Amino acid sequence: MVDVTPHGADLIPPAEVGEMDLYHPHSWWTKYVFSQDAKVIAIQYSGTAMAIGLVALVLSWLMRLQLGFPGTFDFITPEAYYQFMTMHGMIMVIYLLTALFLGGFGNYLIPLMVGARDMVFPYVNMLSYWIYLLAVLVLVSSFFAPGGPTGAGWTLYPPQAITSGTPGGQDWGIILMLVSLILFIIGFTMGGLNYVVTVLQARTRGMTLMRMPLTVWGIFTATVMALLAFPALFVACVMMLFDRIIGSSFFMPAIVEMGEQSPHNGGSPIMFQHLFWFFGHPEVYIVALPAFGIVSDLISTHARKNIFGYRMMVWAIVGIGALSFVVWAHHMYVSGMHPYFGFFFATTTLIIAVPTAIKVYNWVLTLWRGDIHLTLPMLFALAFIVTFVNGGLTGLFLGNVVVDVPLSDTMFVVAHFHMVMGVAPIMVVFGAIYHWYPKITGRMLNEAMGRFHFWVTFVGAYLIFFPMHYVGLVGVPRRYPELGDTAFIPPSVHTLNEFITIAALTVGFAQMVFLFNLFWSLRNGKDAGDNPWRATSLEWQTAGTPPPHGNFGKELPVVYRWAYDYSVPGAPEDFIPQNDPRPMTQGGPA
Amino acid sequence: MAETTLGHADQTAPRPPGLRGFVADWSSDQRAFKGVSWGKAMMWIFLLSDTFIFGCFLLSYMTARMSTVVPWPNPSEVFALHLFGQDIPLILIAIMTFVLISSSGTMAMAVNFGYRRDRRKTAILMLLTAALGATFVGMQAFEWTKLITEGVRPWENPWGAAQFGSTFFMITGFHGTHVTIGVIFLLIVARKVWRGDYETGARGFFTSRRGQYESVEIMGLYWHFVDLVWVFIFAFFYLW
Repeated sequence: MVDVTPHGADLIPPAEVGEMDLYHPHSWWTKYVFSQDAKVIAIQYSGTAMAIGLVALVLSWLMRLQLGFPGTFDFITPEAYYQFMTMHGMIMVIYLLTALFLGGFGNYLIPLMVGARDMVFPYVNMLSYWIYLLAVLVLVSSFFAPGGPTGAGWTLYPPQAITSGTPGGQDWGIILMLVSLILFIIGFTMGGLNYVVTVLQARTRGMTLMRMPLTVWGIFTATVMALLAFPALFVACVMMLFDRIIGSSFFMPAIVEMGEQSPHNGGSPIMFQHLFWFFGHPEVYIVALPAFGIVSDLISTHARKNIFGYRMMVWAIVGIGALSFVVWAHHMYVSGMHPYFGFFFATTTLIIAVPTAIKVYNWVLTLWRGDIHLTLPMLFALAFIVTFVNGGLTGLFLGNVVVDVPLSDTMFVVAHFHMVMGVAPIMVVFGAIYHWYPKITGRMLNEAMGRFHFWVTFVGAYLIFFPMHYVGLVGVPRRYPELGDTAFIPPSVHTLNEFITIAALTVGFAQMVFLFNLFWSLRNGKDAGDNPWRATSLEWQTAGTPPPHGNFGKELPVVYRWAYDYSVPGAPEDFIPQNDPRPMTQGGPA
Repeated sequence: MAETTLGHADQTAPRPPGLRGFVADWSSDQRAFKGVSWGKAMMWIFLLSDTFIFGCFLLSYMTARMSTVVPWPNPSEVFALHLFGQDIPLILIAIMTFVLISSSGTMAMAVNFGYRRDRRKTAILMLLTAALGATFVGMQAFEWTKLITEGVRPWENPWGAAQFGSTFFMITGFHGTHVTIGVIFLLIVARKVWRGDYETGARGFFTSRRGQYESVEIMGLYWHFVDLVWVFIFAFFYLW
């Protein structure tokens, strides 16, 4: 270094970002309901997402009951089964995971972690939530509409999505689904613009991008991706809505339906698949990248060790984000596209494994010789690594054209994506809730209930999805409400289906314990204090717990170091907060 | 990595050369884009996202046009007007394009006068921009009416591929909606400029934040974007 000054404190950079013109609420309504405070919006987002997620959870039980004990439950008709399946998938991917990671954790953590008083445009941020709520209500209303919700499968492939044989296809179901998605995208864009601009332009003094916690990096990159990927879904929804309501033929070829020539002519169903997956594949990483980021912080904090290869972790997140835009057609190997396309998309798909593997190795190397505390967040973080590696490995199977073609549309695919983008990110969601609940409420979640929840969920997830790989390998197709007497399906499949159903119901019960814990601990949890995990990042150094309006009291914190100064040799404690002006003793990017 | 460094190496040390310096610049303290306000950054990122929407619309249209087995109607004939005893191809579209591009000119002048704090001229030029934008939408309505009376529908038309009508109404409709929203916001901002809200620091009705003259420029960014999108629609839909 050219000139070395004895104390970092002498080097406080001039403030480039002015103080935020904060809106101060005056009434109960503007404080708790129509609140412009990102923390309240975050809780509203999370609460709504978990409520609708609970609906999707119940739908999955109903599906499992039908698959495990076909013919036992009269009310689960094949039509109802398709509706449950569609709504389960759509809710889980978009209305729960996307909303919870970006709208929930994004809103809560971004301003706190980068040292901002709020999002840059709180009013727009508030609108984002209310439009999201409207989207959820429209979605829920489809359960009560004539004909029920759509049963087109969560991918909504035309032509079947809007033909009369599909539940909701010629009724209200598909219309409400598409309108709800369009609303979701509009609402998300409002929030997403806020998250991106806050990270880019409103950080506190000393918070360079390369000092941000990886949580912020993950959410930031995922938001940028969402802003570029959701347009494709938006366009696809608008066009399908036109096909369904006005009778245009964007996606609808000339078909004979129920013995009658349909009014459509000359559309391309494959075009929908391209648009959908241009959104759909980045969507997988929109869910995964925040999980990657959060789990990095959980591991580092609870292993009391700096994250291994911080810069590589950042580049891996950015690299995965960029690559995920050029792999979408690996969902379409069986759509009849040109073999050279398959070659291209298989190659890009397998290249993504490289940055992903870098991340996995770095998590493991962070744990290596760490002072591992098996706290609840750590347990869930470990479970994430295991389930993610599992799901990722089956991804290598499905990324190859020759292996994918026979496995396509079998339960193997279902097992794969549940493991990699269902179970793994949900593990992080749980870990993150156990980690940040003390900051949000000031109280710790109950440990005993938490451990019960963890072990049942983790072991249960394996009991559900491991046998499902086998079921898929013997050729059981997905999306069939019952198998009947099919010659190639051995009796073991039926036994396994019962087993999986029982495991799924048990895991479902454990989630009720978790939800109960969330409410129970609000009153009865142990007092958490300001920094129960002795963590370094800024959200643990706020003016109080829960953080007040404006987050940081009179003065915004000044950042002197990265977020991973754990167990620094010579330091009095085993962590040094980011706003601690002591000279950095070793390590860490400048 | 392991050397002893102090907190703000960024500020004290010269930028490292090459790619590392590039990254250090971008990730530097507090702001990635120096001197760019939040509102302007947000508008740029929104426009990037909107670009993807129009990109998807246009790509879908091109896919439909290239893959259809039915002949595509000839835009020069469809969009011709019978004036002065002869058919003039694309004349209305040419006028519309001229009007919209002119409105970009008046918008740019409004931004200029905004920075000179010339309230009157800024407001008048913004109103002129809004008037030109409204004229554009009006001519679009005329064009739609003409085609509809000639039998063009989203599901059929007298001359060929059904996708002609559906893509036409969808893309021009979506663009026209953008222009309409732009006109509304032009009027709102022009009113604020006229009243001098940006001098007195009056707080916004919804956001309760103080506005700035920069709103004129941000409005301009949106307006030029809508204009640019039209150039692409003109090239790919009408001229192809």
